Amino acid sequence: MVLKLEHVTKRFGQFTAVNDLSLAIPEKEMFGFLGANGAGKTTTFRMILGLLDHTEGRITWDDQPIDYSTSHLVGYLPEERGLYPKLRVREQIIYLARLRGMQKSEALIELKAWLERFKIPDYENKKVEELSKGNQQKIQFIAAVVHKPKLLILDEPFSGLDPVNVEMLKEAVLALKENGATIVFSSHRMEHVEEMCEHLCILHKGSPVVHGSLKDIKREFGKKNLVIHADFSLDELKNFPGVVKSKITMEGIQLQIEGEYIAEKILKEIVNKGFIKRFALEEPSLNDIFIEKVGNSYE
Amino acid sequence: MNNFWIILFHTYLSKLKTKSFIITTILTVVIVLGLTNINRIIDLFDKNGGKDTIAVIDESGQLYEPFKQQVNSINKDIVLTQYKGNEKDAEDKVEKGDYSGVVSIQFNDENLPVATFKAMSIADSSLFTDLQTGLQQVKTMLAASQLNLTPAQLQKLYEPVKFEKVALEKNAKTEEELNQARGLVYVLLFIIYFSVIMYANMIAMEVATEKSSRVMEILISSVSPIKQMFAKILGIGLLSLTQLAAFLLVGYYSFIKNMAAFKDGFFGVGNIPVATIFYAVIFFILGYFLYATLAAFLGSLVSRIEDVQQMITPMTLLVVAGFMIAMFGLGKPDAPFITATSYIPFFTPMIMFLRVGMLNIPAWEAFLGIAVLITTIVILAIFGARVYRGGVLMYGKSNSYKDIKKALQLTKNK
Repeated sequence: MVLKLEHVTKRFGQFTAVNDLSLAIPEKEMFGFLGANGAGKTTTFRMILGLLDHTEGRITWDDQPIDYSTSHLVGYLPEERGLYPKLRVREQIIYLARLRGMQKSEALIELKAWLERFKIPDYENKKVEELSKGNQQKIQFIAAVVHKPKLLILDEPFSGLDPVNVEMLKEAVLALKENGATIVFSSHRMEHVEEMCEHLCILHKGSPVVHGSLKDIKREFGKKNLVIHADFSLDELKNFPGVVKSKITMEGIQLQIEGEYIAEKILKEIVNKGFIKRFALEEPSLNDIFIEKVGNSYE
Repeated sequence: MNNFWIILFHTYLSKLKTKSFIITTILTVVIVLGLTNINRIIDLFDKNGGKDTIAVIDESGQLYEPFKQQVNSINKDIVLTQYKGNEKDAEDKVEKGDYSGVVSIQFNDENLPVATFKAMSIADSSLFTDLQTGLQQVKTMLAASQLNLTPAQLQKLYEPVKFEKVALEKNAKTEEELNQARGLVYVLLFIIYFSVIMYANMIAMEVATEKSSRVMEILISSVSPIKQMFAKILGIGLLSLTQLAAFLLVGYYSFIKNMAAFKDGFFGVGNIPVATIFYAVIFFILGYFLYATLAAFLGSLVSRIEDVQQMITPMTLLVVAGFMIAMFGLGKPDAPFITATSYIPFFTPMIMFLRVGMLNIPAWEAFLGIAVLITTIVILAIFGARVYRGGVLMYGKSNSYKDIKKALQLTKNK
């Protein structure tokens, strides 16, 4: 059950929304899509779901194209949230679940379990328009997963939620993965992807700029972060050969360096100058990689 | 259950349960009941059970009896009483409401009657006309007897001329049939007109609501837009049939019960031609599908509900134009203009129906109209489904017909 995208390209007239994207997402894996606004994430998802036809390339899941015959195996949480405002939670979820090939009674049991899990069991008979935005999002999430999909596509699942609810939803996503679902999700928030995904892809203006497993990406990136806190001035380190970027902080300095060997040199340089409270060599964060690859245009 | 049926029944049931639908249905049923009971309602508001009491001051002493007789034979609801007092007293009594009016009659120089009618207002022209006609006949009789005409001569003079209309075409409708057909066609045209506008609106709103609430994206990832569009059109269609059935049952029942007097007149309910009803149903259904398909894909182009009306205005105007032409055609159903427009698909449901209802056109003409309609519906459905598919994914400020092109581009493969 591998989800494969092979040389997928999508053009709208002259505009290329997605350019030559190739991915393979193995079963039971969590895959993260990163990209600035307009990078092509939503278009990619829509192509995977068959809502949009791709201009070139091939998209398959388990060597089959994804179409309406497999829709009961696919769950989708669109970026733009939306439910019927006038319908009750229960009617809504049952309707959407039945459209995904679920029996009414089965859907009801699942719905109750999910409401219980999200600690909102008394919302079953409320109209969606009466709920707060965060709770609407939970209902939306339930709508995407109630039919126990094997492939789950989540477009910005955590945006607009408070930290408590983000945690709750994260746990739910991880539990779904444990149960064997393949999950593709996009996010603006690097830490979510870093925390949850084994593999990821950074899209920039429709083209994949980084693609692979998190570890490989970090290793290939090569650069490391160095944090030094000392009781003497570290300002001169800014111009030390091999330092790519630097940032003065309250307690010292943060450096991005070309590799581990630079840290060694820096340590030799400063070790006799005074008391060093902290000298830590850190893996680059996904945020650093993203900024490096996509540029500062990203907010 | 198949997704198609799930959407169909969801659309049907959720609309059926809405307050606005229930209220509209009940209101319309009340109006239908009111219209078919109009006689009773008018009676209810008329004082004295709808009878007008008129005081007659007869200064000649000879005119009251014949006048009363004549008026009675014209309108039984006018009660004449001879008033012996003077005119001033009678006028006071009219002001008090004892009489609806007072008529004073006298002879003139030629020994013929002249009269004055006084009432609180002279707005009730039918009362005056009846009184005038009655007196006219009295005058005619008096004048005739002055001329020494025998009753036989008099009768000859007033005998209406025999003047018949005969249509030469073999199966052409007789005058009586035409009048009946006109009433029936008129009512059915109204039903087609209103339901097409109302239910097409409903579909456009439904699609736009799903789109603006963004539930559309989940829907189209589960069910193909084409299936969805047709399930919706059929769901609302079923709803319209439910509503119309309620109206027609109530209307027909109440009509039969209350309007026995009209039975053989304007409407001719007693002998509605089966063919007319058959064609009414056919053209209603086809007209509905034509405009519903149009409405569904227009609805898929807007992002906000507020823009729906603006988007479907041209479609509404088409329906209105068709209805106007049909109204003109009621008086002149065989005009070449009517014949020509009955083959323009957007007008066919109303105008071709008008023609089959009013004229005896060959069956192939009606079936040609039906064929034109079905072809147009199929073309619109194919085209509309493609626009719908792209349209539902499109969000933006612009709401113009240029979007149709954009929507088509979205679904294009290469």
